[in-house]
This record gives sequence, structure tokens and C-alpha cells, in this order.
Amino acid sequence: MAVPRFWREIPNRYNLVGARCGNCNKVLFPPRYICPHCRRMGKLEPYRLKRRGKVLTYTVVHAAANGFEDQAPYVLAIVELEDGPRLTAQVTDCNTDEIKIGDEVEIVFRRMGEDGQDGVIYYGFKARRV
Amino acid sequence: MRDVAIIGVGLTKFGELWDVSFRQMMMEAGARAIEDAGIDGKQIDAMYVGNMSSGQFIRQEHISSIVADHAGLVPIPSTRVEGACASGGLALRQAVIAVASGIHDIIVAGGIEKMTDVLTGQATGALATAADQEWEVFVGATFPGLYALMARRHMYEFGTTEEQMAMVAVKNHHNACFNTCAQYKTEITVEDVLKSPPVTSPIKLLDCSPITDGAACVILAPAEKARKFTDTPIMVAGTGQASDTIALHGRSSLTSLRATIEAARTAYKIAGVKPDDIDLVEVHDCFTIAEIMAIEDLGFCKKGEGGKMTEQGETVIGGRIPVNTSGGLKGKGHPVGATGIAQAVEIVQQLRGEAGKRQSDGAEIGLTHNVGGSGGTAVVHVLRRGD
Amino acid sequence: MDVGVVGYGVYIPRYRIRVEEIAKVWGDDPESIKRGLLIEEKSVPAPDEDTATIAVEAARNALKQTGIDPHDIEAIYVGSESHPYAVKPTATIVAEAIEATPDLTAADYEFACKAGTVGIQTCMGAVEAGMIKYGMAIGADTAQSAPGDALEYTAAAGGCAFIVGKNGGNTLAAIDDTYSYTTDTPDFWRREMRSYPKHGGRFTGKPAYFKHVLAAANGLLRKLQLTSQDFAHVVFHQPNGKFPLLAAKELGFSKEQVALGLLTPKIGNTYSGSTMISLAAVLDQAKPDERILAVSYGSGAGSDAFSITVRDGIEGKRDAAPKVLDYVGQRVMIDYATYVKFRKLLVR
Repeated sequence: MAVPRFWREIPNRYNLVGARCGNCNKVLFPPRYICPHCRRMGKLEPYRLKRRGKVLTYTVVHAAANGFEDQAPYVLAIVELEDGPRLTAQVTDCNTDEIKIGDEVEIVFRRMGEDGQDGVIYYGFKARRV
Repeated sequence: MRDVAIIGVGLTKFGELWDVSFRQMMMEAGARAIEDAGIDGKQIDAMYVGNMSSGQFIRQEHISSIVADHAGLVPIPSTRVEGACASGGLALRQAVIAVASGIHDIIVAGGIEKMTDVLTGQATGALATAADQEWEVFVGATFPGLYALMARRHMYEFGTTEEQMAMVAVKNHHNACFNTCAQYKTEITVEDVLKSPPVTSPIKLLDCSPITDGAACVILAPAEKARKFTDTPIMVAGTGQASDTIALHGRSSLTSLRATIEAARTAYKIAGVKPDDIDLVEVHDCFTIAEIMAIEDLGFCKKGEGGKMTEQGETVIGGRIPVNTSGGLKGKGHPVGATGIAQAVEIVQQLRGEAGKRQSDGAEIGLTHNVGGSGGTAVVHVLRRGD
Repeated sequence: MDVGVVGYGVYIPRYRIRVEEIAKVWGDDPESIKRGLLIEEKSVPAPDEDTATIAVEAARNALKQTGIDPHDIEAIYVGSESHPYAVKPTATIVAEAIEATPDLTAADYEFACKAGTVGIQTCMGAVEAGMIKYGMAIGADTAQSAPGDALEYTAAAGGCAFIVGKNGGNTLAAIDDTYSYTTDTPDFWRREMRSYPKHGGRFTGKPAYFKHVLAAANGLLRKLQLTSQDFAHVVFHQPNGKFPLLAAKELGFSKEQVALGLLTPKIGNTYSGSTMISLAAVLDQAKPDERILAVSYGSGAGSDAFSITVRDGIEGKRDAAPKVLDYVGQRVMIDYATYVKFRKLLVR
């Protein structure tokens, strides 16, 4: 991922900054620029989501995504955050036989990858069972 | 709006076609379709080509020009259509709309993907660009991984089993054995699937459609002129398309594709039919769970009963509603941009009664279901034998 | 001085490797290593952890104790000898991840294992001078060690963050004073472009660690006109389990005074994190009005000594985030092959 593309979303990736619509009060994450419910009537303001949620579904990835080979096998999940939105996240510090649907997780700050040995390091969010 | 008919179909062999180029594949499929339609190239007014990612697979964009050029059809309008793995279905729909509108008469709708000119890792990386790069792929999601997330939830909510998913693969491999164009003409067992290497639990290698080279074409004409070219025109009775969030996590349901439900609703309505009226279907079984979800979302059984319906043999050739008589994406192969067109080719051959050993007897109405990404796009067509 | 600790937080990765597991690979005798270094196991970072992620976890834990607005943190210093980048600060990553940006100053420090305590001193000065409201000093490392080197038994990962501010209602402990002792003593180094540090073997002991640690401790005691008897607890940098015990004895401290902060036997040497995590472990349990002596050591070489007095405010606040012993207790053992994979020692 190009540096500017990563950089402009650092608050979202580091701190789960999404948006809240002043019109319908819905919390949105990942970030959006128009409230999908209110559209032009929406009034989006930045909103930092709480770093807690639970696992809705998961998979143990054996055939890793490009750049994730060193971590295989790893756990990937869809997490429903306490604030409502769902996100896809790797479940870190998790043995592949530990995970189950309904597990409570916290969102933590981890290394996501790097642009080769010479490039920048990407940081962002992962889930960790609590 | 005019009624639209399919008057010709053509398909290349599907598989790892090491000695065949992108251009050659497209010409092969096109020439077969034109021959099948009994038209002359000069009669073609326009073409639409479905292709997901020639830029990533062969580092060539602007393929609409290449196809018109190599077909010797310049200067007719030629347009590439992209919607990930639904590109072919979308190309067909664009062609149908163009004929129905009266802008053009004879149109070629093609689909193509040349996937083996890159290494497997690059191919899976290219396919993953159909998912949300920022919020799925960046965090480690793979394309099979997204379907695995759906499969796990489907198992959790409805009790669907890995055996039931395996039965989809077994059936589709069996059907593919009777399709000369299919990539895999080998029978497999449920045990083979269950014991195949893990890809992303609960999805195993034999739950996945393969990486495939292939091209497909259909020729469309206004219904009122179709009989000039063929005794067995196949009518495009309904077309429907819908979108959904690109990211799986953005959807309220993880076990159903809303785009499929909405596209089918539109297509059924235009065709004036109900799920019960459909005799056979080609669904988008990129993974075995996708077929189970598709037969539910298309209305052939209640939500959550797709696994059971498969287990009870209702989807085999000769069953209540044969699913993927061609072998599907799983058995026939999945050259992503070609798939939507290839599905129509199969239904046309079935409705004409030309499907040989895999013929489903007495089929009058068939349906194609083509999905892009993890469900961000779906396109459904209802095809019917001309009276 | 009128400055104190407003909050502190630690983080230690959950993976551990035992001395036996490493010794098996190199044909060493585990018992003599465990006896000689007073070490049983060490922490290992997960493949997606580095000094920046460890620093962020520690910093977020420190903030949980305080309830202060992160924007009031006007300086962040991250001390480490394993910064993820050779050029590009770790401190900016931390600042962004705790939402302290953009109105603050930040920098990375490097002084072998004492870069974190140098950060505390910098914050003390800036707070005392009225330049900043709060300052955050972090010591964190994912320590490097060449495979087969004696360092491999101890080089561990962990980090600790301290938030420094003016003494007042929200301070957990007062920092009475600090004293440093510094000379040019090449006992341990890593050259540019090299993956692993080199060290002077036994030279790292008497002329290096002991000379500086003892001098800094004695200097501070002299300055404050205190003796070892005035302190309830003492903490030293812990390259192994043995050195801090010897230093304590030399200075007239009892084993009991050292006990709370002695962590290396269980987690290894967390380098820039070591002294600070040990101090945090003491603060986790110390009683109000108890005085603590903390002495760091950085090869190259220097020591920073601090006298800290626990205040009433610590009760209640220190329970807001995981404690050192929580992290020490949360452990998953790995074998050497997994260690090699996690430390990215395999070349693809």
C-alpha cells in the first residue's frame, strides 16, 4: 500500500476513528463520508469507537494472504464492536484451537505488514481474546 | 422495450491452457458462437466483454479494443464490463439492455479470463482485489477466507455440515465428467473433500473452484428477428442486478447474499415466474458454501436448508431442481470474467436439449446466477425456450 | 524537585521460551546457565509485535491509570535499542496511537538499556521548568541476540511507560531527585547495519555495570543524605538475575528490599524496559510513604538513579490497568523452532 494511502487513514487504523451521524446517531466504521442511512441529511462527525467487541464468525487461514505468510496459520474474524459496527480483524495471540463464536475481544495495536524490507511498516488493529 | 433472444453460443475448453493466449481464447469462443448462430461477422453491431482483471493477469487493459481488433470487427463499439467475478453476467446484461433498447440488433456478449500467465500467489492476490483492499485484505483476509467466514456462521446458525458442503463438490465434479469443456473430469468422494488440505477453515482445497483459463460468448438478437437465424432461440425472459457493500462485515447478514436476493427478485418479476417455475440453474459456486447459500437466496428452499437440500439429492441431474449441470465453477472451472457468460451457454444448451449426457429432461426455464466478490454484485438471468 | 509519577503502564508479550529449550539447541548445560545467570525463561514478542506496538500497549495502560486528556501530554520520549526504523521515530507512532498529537514534542532515545530512564529525566526537567504539563517516557525493547550467543538466554521483550507531571492531587508517587553517572566505557555495542550486538564478556561486569550502578546509587544517596535503610525497596537494571543481587548487597540492601522488583528470572532482560518494568512492579505493591531507589544501567556506559516516594494517590488508581505480575503470569511456552519463526530468523 502506498505511503499516502496508508498515512491518511492512520487515525482510523490506530484508534478506530469512525464517524457518528448527528442525524440518525448511528456509529459508522470503517470510515464513511456520507451516512448510508441519511445520505445528504446526515451529519457525520469523527467518533472514536470503544475497543471492545465479540466474535461473530472466524476462520483459521492456512493459505495466507500476501504479506501474512510468516504468521500462517492465523485466525481471522468478523468482530461486532460494542458501538455497533462490525469489522474484519486478525485475532492475534490466539492458538488456532482457542477461538470460538461469541468470544469477547479487545482491539489492540499491532504490526500489520510492511512494504518490503526497505519500505514503511504498517501498523493497525487486531483483535485479542479477553 | 424489445424482447431479446440468444441465437448462438460458444465456449473454449476450460482449464490450464498453457499454449493458448488471451487473444486466441477470445477468438475461439467468438468464432464458435458466430458459427452456432449462423450469422456473418458483418452483421454484428456491437460487443460487450466481461473481464475482471486483465491488468493484473496479463498486464493489459483496454482489451475491448484488442477483442474488436482481433475479431476483424473494428470499428464497431466494443466495451469492457467489470464487476469482479460477475463481469461476464454484467456483460450479458449490458448486451441485453442494448438490444432491448433498440440501439443495436446483433450483439456479442463475451467473457474471458487468462489466469495462468501469473503464478498462483499473484492470481489469488489479483482475485483478492475484488474484496475491500483497505478494510479486508489489508488486515489479512483472503478471498476464500471471506467465504469461510460465511460458512462458519452458516454452520453455527443452521447446523450446515462440512459433509453437506463436500456433497456440492462431489455433485459438481460428477456433472463436469459429462462436459467436454470442463477443467475437472474426475469423480471425487465426500471423504476426498474432507481430507483435502485445509485452505481456510472450514474450507478445504476441494471446496474451492480452481484457477482457470477460458472464454465464452453468446450472440443476442431482437426476438422478432431471432427466427431468421435459428429454430431454437432462447429468450432472455428476465434480467436482474443488485449491489451490496463491498466488505462482508458491512452487511447485516453473514449467511445470505442480499445482492442475490434482490437481483433474483427483479429477474423473476420481469420474467413473470416464481422459483418453483425454474427447471434448472447455474449458480455461482466459487466455494461449496456459495452454492448452498445461492439455492437458499434464489428461493429454491427455506433459508438454512440448502445443505439439507443438497444432502437429499434434490440438486443432482434428475433431481427436483438440477444445480450446476455444467459442473459449475467447481467442476467446469472458473475463469472469472468468462463465468457469467459460460453459465448462459450451459442453460442455452440445456434448453435446446443439446447437453448430451448431462441433459436435464424437459427443461423449459433456466436461471443463471453470477456473483462478484463476496457478494458486492450479483446478476441473475432467467432464460426460456422460445415458443 | 516538585515532580511525580502521574501514571505508569507496562506490557510484556505472552510468549516465553525456557533456558532448557535454548540450551538443547546449542548443547549447553541448562542447569549451569540457570544458576549462573539466575534465569529460567524469557519473554518473546509475537511476530506482529515490535518496540512500537509494545510501547503503545504500555502507554495506553499508563493512561488508564490517570484519566488525563492525552492531549495534555506535551512530550513523548521512547527509549529503545530496537526501534523498528533506523531513521523515523517510534515516538510519533506512540503519540498518534494514544491521540496525543499534534501539539507536543517527541523523540526517540538510544542509550542501550537506560534510554527509557533518560526520558524520565528529560520529562522531569521539562515539567519542572514549566515547559510541559505532562511528559511520557517509555522504555521498550525487543532485544536482539545472535543465535548461540550467551545473550540469547536473556534478551527479551517488554516495555513500560511513565507519565510525569507536577506533584499534586493526581500523582501516585513523588520523584524526590535523580542523579546520573556517565563515562565512555565500551562494554556492549552494535555497529551500524549489524543485526546483533557484541559485548565485552566479563568486561561488562565490574568496570561497566557495577562501577556505574554503584556510583550512581551512592551519588544519589549522598545528594539526598540518605542510606539504604531509608528505602523500602530497591530496583536495579537486570541484565540477568545475579547482577542486581550483587549490587544490592554491595550497597547494603537486603534481599527483601530487592525482592519485589526482581523480574529477570521470569521474563528475561527487557533492556530499555528492564529498570522501568521492575519499578512498576514495586509500585504495583508498595504502600504509601514507602521510598524506592531505582537505578538503571545503559552500556556504553551510564546509570540514572532515582529516589521515589509513594503517595496516597496510588491506591485505587494502580488497579485500572493490568499489573506487572498479571503479565508475568500470562504465558504461553514456545519451542525453539517457533522462536526462530517468531523472531524472523528464517530467510525466505
